[in-house]
Amino acid sequence: MEWETVIGLEIHAQLNTVSKIFSGAPTAYGAEPNRQACPVDLGMPGVLPVLNKGAVERAVMLGLAINAEITPRSVFARKNYFYPDLPKGYQISQFELPIVGLGHLDIELEDGSIKRIGVTRAHLEEDAGKSLHEGFEAMTGIDLNRAGTPLIEIVSEPELRSAKEAVAYMKKLHSLVRYLDICDGNMQEGSFRCDANVSVRPKDQAEFGTRAELKNLNSFRFVERAINFEVERQIDLIEGGGSVVQETRLYDPDRDETRSMRSKEEANDYRYFPDPDLLPLVVDSAFIETVREKLPELPDAKRARFVEQYGLSDYDAGVLTATREMGDFYEAVAAGCDAPKLAANWVMGEFSAALNRSEVELGEAPVNAEGLAGLIARIQDETISGKIAKEVFEAMWNGEGDADVVIEAKGLKQITDTGAIDTIIDEVMANNPQQLEQYRSGKDKLFGFFVGQVMKATQGKANPAQVNERLKAKLDS
Amino acid sequence: MSVDTSEVRRIAHLSRLAMNDDQARDFAGGLSDIFAFVEQLDGAAIDGVEPMAHPLDAEQRLRPDAVTESDRRETFQAIAPAVEGGLYLVPRVIE
Repeated sequence: MEWETVIGLEIHAQLNTVSKIFSGAPTAYGAEPNRQACPVDLGMPGVLPVLNKGAVERAVMLGLAINAEITPRSVFARKNYFYPDLPKGYQISQFELPIVGLGHLDIELEDGSIKRIGVTRAHLEEDAGKSLHEGFEAMTGIDLNRAGTPLIEIVSEPELRSAKEAVAYMKKLHSLVRYLDICDGNMQEGSFRCDANVSVRPKDQAEFGTRAELKNLNSFRFVERAINFEVERQIDLIEGGGSVVQETRLYDPDRDETRSMRSKEEANDYRYFPDPDLLPLVVDSAFIETVREKLPELPDAKRARFVEQYGLSDYDAGVLTATREMGDFYEAVAAGCDAPKLAANWVMGEFSAALNRSEVELGEAPVNAEGLAGLIARIQDETISGKIAKEVFEAMWNGEGDADVVIEAKGLKQITDTGAIDTIIDEVMANNPQQLEQYRSGKDKLFGFFVGQVMKATQGKANPAQVNERLKAKLDS
Repeated sequence: MSVDTSEVRRIAHLSRLAMNDDQARDFAGGLSDIFAFVEQLDGAAIDGVEPMAHPLDAEQRLRPDAVTESDRRETFQAIAPAVEGGLYLVPRVIE
């Protein structure tokens, strides 16, 4: 039987406010345990939550960026469950009336086509603390620094049809929150987390199959692998005469499998009700407009502008706008060398390759935008050839100075003096009488041989266009 | 609407409340009476009345995003039953 995969993603993004959503405790990552947990975060009796305006602004910003409706009066609700890293016994979340309503996000599929994915809703809530199970005898350690960190949970429609689509959606959203600067997007630190609802159904069936919820998907790679594993598992199960149980499953990256965590039946009865400690959150049009004014240029708009303004291909523009940092970097390089297409090739080619090789982030690269622009300018004004430029770039990356310093120190300046080139050509011709004769008797292919010899004699420093031109003139005379 | 003892037991379990059979029966009766009392509201004319999420007709006030709390971990942990390396210790929980 042919099966269709149905996936919906729930993405939790930590909002990058300096203080927590309902208290004035700091949210910085990496502090000593419980140094950033105040009485509100600890769930002490008698404390009251007070909502952080910065969290509301960021939620509205996301809503505007995905063309969603902003709920004029949204309501906070208590989601009740017992776990030691949730000291109140409930998580303050939003249930019936989330701050962000129906919106959408366009993703690009492998064949280059665009698919619009509905975003059902996005709601504000508080993060829980962390439980540490290792290293204590029959005990669990609780760190409540993270408790109360603002989260926005973004829920997609079940419109994703493969693990690849799910990853494309997740990457798009990741890029978007980084562009908006509402979340640092750090997946290792848990700032951007993903749960996936996965089910399968026969290709021609309208109803959805029973879904399993996958947790612990902390990288793009894990999302893809976990979904693929789960789809296989469900198909095998059904084809073997069994049926899928609605449950939460944990992905284990070491074994590359998912396994049952708990049955949903009971655990999922959260008994939501409006939190009496919080009043309805009113977001009026004036508030929305203030936020709208702060919206930066978004990825799709930037991509279109790069095509228009710099004459780049749509594909190149897509690569260069994948992250806000990369887009800014490219624009700085392009502005500094006045050769936008060459700049695009260098940023996507040598520069990105060097980043990957050295495993450093864009901001920490040993060659900055100004340095790269300086190098490209030297190609542009024919001081060096593109080939030599790679050697110069390598030296710049290794901290040997800017392009001009390296070119000077290594004597890499391109030979553009026609007289000098002519002399070398004459030498090459004199040293290879046999090839010269063959060429002159009609073996045109040998032209490449002479070019190679001249470049070799100049260690690649001769201007290639000039070599071609002078060589042609001399050989054919 | 009335609740029976199995419903009471389910809610008690979700709320981590222990109760014996007599108590479950008592609560089932008591809760059913409360529901019956509240159900009188079904007879009220509410056409055109907006649902309220809170009894006060007011809106949530927002605070500026600023850190106002300082670290008082030692004070808070002084009343905790068990602490190690700055962590609160609880009986082991494993999913």
